[in-house]
Amino acid sequence: MALLEVRDLKVEFRRRGEEPVRAVDGVSFDVQPGQTVGLVGESGCGKSVTALTIMGLLPKRGPHVSGSARFDATELLSLSDRQMRDRRGRDLGMVFQDPLSSLNPVVPIGLQVTEVLERHRGMSRRQATVEAADLLDKVGIPDPRRRLDEYPHQLSGGMRQRALIAIALACRPRLLIADEPTTALDVTIQAQILALLANLVRDTETALIMITHDLGVVAGLCDEVNVLYAGRVVERAKRHDLFAIPRHPYTHGLLSSIPRLDAPRGDRLSPITGSVADNIPWTTGCAFAPRCPNALDVCVEVTPEMTDDVGVPDNRSLRCHNPVERAKRDGEALV
Amino acid sequence: MTDTLVEVQDIKVHFPIKRGVVLDRTVGYVYAVDGVDLAIRRGETYGLVGESGCGKSTLGRAMLKLTEPTAGRVVFDGIDLSAMKGEPLRTMRRRMQMVFQDPMSSLDPRQSVESILVEGMRAHGLDTDRQATAKRLRSLLSSVGLPSTSLRRYPHEFSGGQRQRIGIARALTVEPELIVADEPVSALDVSVQAQVINLLEDLQQEFGLTYLVIAHDLAVVRHISDRVGVMYLGGLVEEAPSDLLYAEPLHPYTRALFSAVPVPDPIVEDRRERILLAGDLPSPARPPAGCRFHTRCPWRQRQRCDTERPALREIAPGHRVACHYAEDIRAGKIRPHAVEPELVEQDVTGGIGPDDPLAGPASVTEALGP
Repeated sequence: MALLEVRDLKVEFRRRGEEPVRAVDGVSFDVQPGQTVGLVGESGCGKSVTALTIMGLLPKRGPHVSGSARFDATELLSLSDRQMRDRRGRDLGMVFQDPLSSLNPVVPIGLQVTEVLERHRGMSRRQATVEAADLLDKVGIPDPRRRLDEYPHQLSGGMRQRALIAIALACRPRLLIADEPTTALDVTIQAQILALLANLVRDTETALIMITHDLGVVAGLCDEVNVLYAGRVVERAKRHDLFAIPRHPYTHGLLSSIPRLDAPRGDRLSPITGSVADNIPWTTGCAFAPRCPNALDVCVEVTPEMTDDVGVPDNRSLRCHNPVERAKRDGEALV
Repeated sequence: MTDTLVEVQDIKVHFPIKRGVVLDRTVGYVYAVDGVDLAIRRGETYGLVGESGCGKSTLGRAMLKLTEPTAGRVVFDGIDLSAMKGEPLRTMRRRMQMVFQDPMSSLDPRQSVESILVEGMRAHGLDTDRQATAKRLRSLLSSVGLPSTSLRRYPHEFSGGQRQRIGIARALTVEPELIVADEPVSALDVSVQAQVINLLEDLQQEFGLTYLVIAHDLAVVRHISDRVGVMYLGGLVEEAPSDLLYAEPLHPYTRALFSAVPVPDPIVEDRRERILLAGDLPSPARPPAGCRFHTRCPWRQRQRCDTERPALREIAPGHRVACHYAEDIRAGKIRPHAVEPELVEQDVTGGIGPDDPLAGPASVTEALGP
């Protein structure tokens, strides 16, 4: 059975006098124990809100949540605050994008790690301090004993992110959610953090949800990838399958609009035309249709459903009326 | 007319670190740019890459004299800008413009697009005939791919990508020769990024522009640039034509940088060997002695790397490297070794401390094996 089952998750933000904004519009996906699952999309596609909803971190007032997120047969969305607090930190860990704003600036790093250990693992202060130094060492922070007494501002960005990962992993959670964990970091530091995450996940058999806009990060790390557009999953496939044959025109468009380091200079990029402002609501048809080179009349009239993709081998799903044919990759124009 | 449009010679930008309440005293310097020579040819795109804090933006600003260089010369089209001030400098600026990273904070929210675009023309006396100006603005807008109805609208009415187009149009109003683009696409979504990159390429064709593109994204820089310079801690460590640099990076830092960039292709990702650099970028207020990179370099050799700063030297036609052992590394004579990561203090205001772990050359870094 899946460790986490998200079904038809919807999050709507309502403000008086304004149109409600549906950030997440029926997202479903599974995470198996020990699996790394990617949620990929551009800003505003709902990937972060999905994570916050699963973690129970959305504000109580304002957003309207429906659907289900079952973790190990427990419905997370109906847990009380107190029950959720027990889960968070123990079963569910989270690493955020900006480590400086997610660490408490006036509390030493050591105390922020021991806090979790004392709360969830019932350790004494002394035990927790030893364990904390051990954890910092494990995430590759040099001289961990000295670091315990230092404050977040005394650490570099990469070290802060390591500290945050140490906190998230302190209680050996079964699921770790990483929301753009390397976006704020330089590329050599990003490589360090990604290698660290990959090793930790492998060694501890923690499941990982990797939220990112960077398809390069996904290519190296995720077992399964969910591509999100305008609050819905539009394509789901195993890593190798997705990159070998992107079926949804949006995935295809994303891949051909990224300059690749290993591509020769002079190849012209083929960007996706327009912007998210051109979207039509999902209730009318396919939200991506106005920007889609493959769009047919049916695309603006009938909402595409998430179905098993029969056009290719392997088990994958797709939300599209007119997917990209497999031969059309490598810069060839779409029909 | 020379082939070189703009050239900097041994340029240095040091920012003083001030301490004290009533009387400021200088307790140290941030060596943001510390001795860079480079020349950009007319009509080419020069890409400057490096990680945050390496001084690439400061170098770009110093080239336009937006930041006064501490030492060194800037020569634009054969004219030495170093001693130039006031009105002559202002007039010169028409020929060199800048495109900024964040299009929201670099456009005045209370100015309409028309007023933003006309402002520069007026300052340089190009707005003489109303009708001609209106015609020019319309043609500029169509060049950057915005509808002509945009003129009456305000920056907040546009999306990020469109705002960046306004920023580019503003730079173009005064018919510049050189455009310094500092992270022109890093604030944009991937799908929009490609649109702006293509636009920059089209405009270069259309107006014969010369670009200095400053970016941290190596893939973007490689895609757009004819030649690329790699910076590390205030200095240029390698410079080569874009394809050559990718095919054969010689400086250990460039190698590590290239190997760290994720490529959206699982087959490539699974196969390649990463050179993981240990530790963080040292503080530019306390750069290590000798080669700036020796604290993290997996190819570091005793003595010479710790004490002698390597000069940028030409190793092949058009390929310059600042490494003592570039030839040996290329020939495989020196093998990479494990390196111990060292602590990097973030507290820059501390100035130069004698007990600083970075001051001594003894400590080393650790490259994790692939």
